[in-house]
Amino acid sequence: MIQHDALVVGGGLASLRAAIAAHDGGLDAAVLSQVYPIRSHSGAAQGGINAALANAEGAEDDSPEKHAYDTVKGSDFLADQDAVEVMTSMAPGIIFEMEHWGVPFSRTPAGKIAQRPFGGAGFPRTCYAADKTGRFLLHTMYEQTLKRGIKVYPEWVVLSLVVESGVCRGVVAYHMPSGEFRAFAAKAVVFGTGGYGQVYAHSTNTLINSGSGMSVAYHAGVPLKDMEFVQFHPTSIIGTNILMTEGARGEGGYLVNNRGERFMKNYAPKLMELAPRDMVSRAIQIEIDEGRGFQGGYVHLDLRHLGRQKILERLPEIRDHCLHFLGLDPIHSPIPIQPGQHYSMGGIDCNVDGETPLPGLLAAGECACVSVHGANRLGGNSLLETIVFGKRAGEKAAQYVKGREWKDAGDAVFDGVLKQVESRVGALSQGSGREEPSAIRQELKETMFSNVGIFRDRLPMEMALNKVKELQGRYRRLRPVGKGRVFNLDLLRAYELRGMLDLAEAITAGALARKESRGSHSRLDFKQRDDQSWMKHTLAHCTADGPRLSYKDVTITKWQPEERKY
Amino acid sequence: MNFVVFRFDPERDREGHFDSYPVPAREGMTVLEGLLYILDDLDPTLSFRFACREGVCGSCAMFINGSYRLACQTQLKELRGATVRVEPLPNFPIIKDLVVDLTSFFEKVDKVMPYIKTASAPPEKERLQTVAQRQRINEVIDCILCGACQSACPAMWTNKEFLGPAVLVKAYRFIADSRDEAQQERLRLVSGEDGVWRCHSVFNCVEACPKKVNQTVAIGALKRRALVQKLKFWQRRTLSG
Repeated sequence: MIQHDALVVGGGLASLRAAIAAHDGGLDAAVLSQVYPIRSHSGAAQGGINAALANAEGAEDDSPEKHAYDTVKGSDFLADQDAVEVMTSMAPGIIFEMEHWGVPFSRTPAGKIAQRPFGGAGFPRTCYAADKTGRFLLHTMYEQTLKRGIKVYPEWVVLSLVVESGVCRGVVAYHMPSGEFRAFAAKAVVFGTGGYGQVYAHSTNTLINSGSGMSVAYHAGVPLKDMEFVQFHPTSIIGTNILMTEGARGEGGYLVNNRGERFMKNYAPKLMELAPRDMVSRAIQIEIDEGRGFQGGYVHLDLRHLGRQKILERLPEIRDHCLHFLGLDPIHSPIPIQPGQHYSMGGIDCNVDGETPLPGLLAAGECACVSVHGANRLGGNSLLETIVFGKRAGEKAAQYVKGREWKDAGDAVFDGVLKQVESRVGALSQGSGREEPSAIRQELKETMFSNVGIFRDRLPMEMALNKVKELQGRYRRLRPVGKGRVFNLDLLRAYELRGMLDLAEAITAGALARKESRGSHSRLDFKQRDDQSWMKHTLAHCTADGPRLSYKDVTITKWQPEERKY
Repeated sequence: MNFVVFRFDPERDREGHFDSYPVPAREGMTVLEGLLYILDDLDPTLSFRFACREGVCGSCAMFINGSYRLACQTQLKELRGATVRVEPLPNFPIIKDLVVDLTSFFEKVDKVMPYIKTASAPPEKERLQTVAQRQRINEVIDCILCGACQSACPAMWTNKEFLGPAVLVKAYRFIADSRDEAQQERLRLVSGEDGVWRCHSVFNCVEACPKKVNQTVAIGALKRRALVQKLKFWQRRTLSG
């Protein structure tokens, strides 16, 4: 059996940073990733990463505390304030470390790291490298794993945790290129497996973001926290929903309706286009719904006034995306945009050190919920979260592992889980049903987007919950999937689909139960935020009958809830 | 649109063949979307790599109608004729269908010290870099390691050990970075017998690159610096001899 002190699952920023921290903490750490690490979704992040460096003109008074306040207010006061302060106070240090490791940040005239304004932020605080910040961070992080000789297992998909006597002892994974299924033993497992964007239609996310890590943890009995909070990014290209960075508005881009109005003046007169994402997405949706959008359901993101030079220098990649996928040049034409599913505020329940309720399992990044984003994440805080909490999870794993001996003669438990997985896979290829997995997947995605989307209401959500249950039933009658083992996408996608259905159920159940509007969770039947009853985190526990919900309090330290005005 | 797709299943086939699939084209459809349509609606046994679907992750480099392309970035309407011929990247071992084995490529990346190396202690804050210094690496950092140029390079066809254009670009990315302090060491790594001198400036790599990185400019700069390094070495030897 393959064994490592720490197994880090996922190839994005959070997991690579965790692997580096675990390695530097003296562990033999290895990375298991569904793709080559540089292919991960972190690389699709464009606009930047927040830290109160005060490098930009007019940002001299910025501080980690102000960054924390903006984050808490942006979260609609659902974030745990102690965790937010951990993140914002570590931010400058991790940015400088990434710079020392070689990230090619854009520069100010003085040669410092360049920073731009982003939504909901009091100062230009978002450090950027043109509009390719995530990609450069990811490539640099990967370079640092190579430097340390950290073992990477590419194209290994984790299908199950191995848990014995309430302790996580490893994983079972599928190696796509060889078709092999294998158990891996570890003293600690860190999940940095990303979000579930593919549960929704119209997602900006990478096509591989099925949320499989979240569902694997959920099925192993680890609760998922605040799953009802789903972020919709205001600006994604109509149709393909390819992301148009918030940096486009940070650099001065306008949102314009079919009357030529900058309609944000009616929703957030002070911050205008740079209000937080939940508010801007709602505003765009209202404009479209009330007939002030364009035929086909979109509004314009207009960059023309920024001029050719600024667009080429600061936003070259979104320009390329427009050229490739729309056949238009934003230097000369406005960009047709609509909100798209973008990010999961919710995730695997964990603390500021990544520890989940399951000893030996840690989590960081989008798959985790600390919570630092509460009900709505600010742009530029997710890249920050991956690195801060990836590092902390890796360090905690190193502490946890030290002094723990390998448990002898424990192979039976690994063989048992391996056999379970193989029999589930076998069952998928021997099914006698006729249900088409791609049809179930598509119906799920459309249902979630229409019924558990930007605006929510009891009846549509109840219909969604019934629909998910129907789809779960149909999933049990799948047509047989292909028997081949090597790079079997049919098998992988069928396996993932089960997890996607269960995540959708947890999202919808949490949303139905939360009878208020807060951040991204905006209910037409409960329009007000209700601090009396709902200043609490939702926990969804997996049971045979679907999710069981429980709640825990939000940590408030410095900032009492106030009305969110921008 | 008729998709003609290379198929090879190591569990069943001795050699590859092509299968045809009718794909209903629609406005704005990409080759990747066509392949996903085949997977979902026509043939679930098809294998290919994909992730970001927007040209930034480098997963879906393929040989499409005789050109090196990212499937996700290739619009059907850009292609001439009613047939799309989709093949795996040439000159890599085939795992299954359109999926090739990139292990040797990533091993080569690891050979050129692909990370920034500094001798001096880092400052408390960021290392300063002027806008002009940053501009020097602006193009080469766009490489997404998709493997297209490694596949297209004729020097690699005859010498499998040649580092190849993408790997040399990776090395150059650090050599040209004002913050790196290991330029001489790295130059020695790329100027050995499997390094820069194997490049004969055929420019296939430049044409293959989906991110418009000009690898030959980077390799040319490496050659000049390697030459200077050699000359200095001989100068020192002559002077001390």
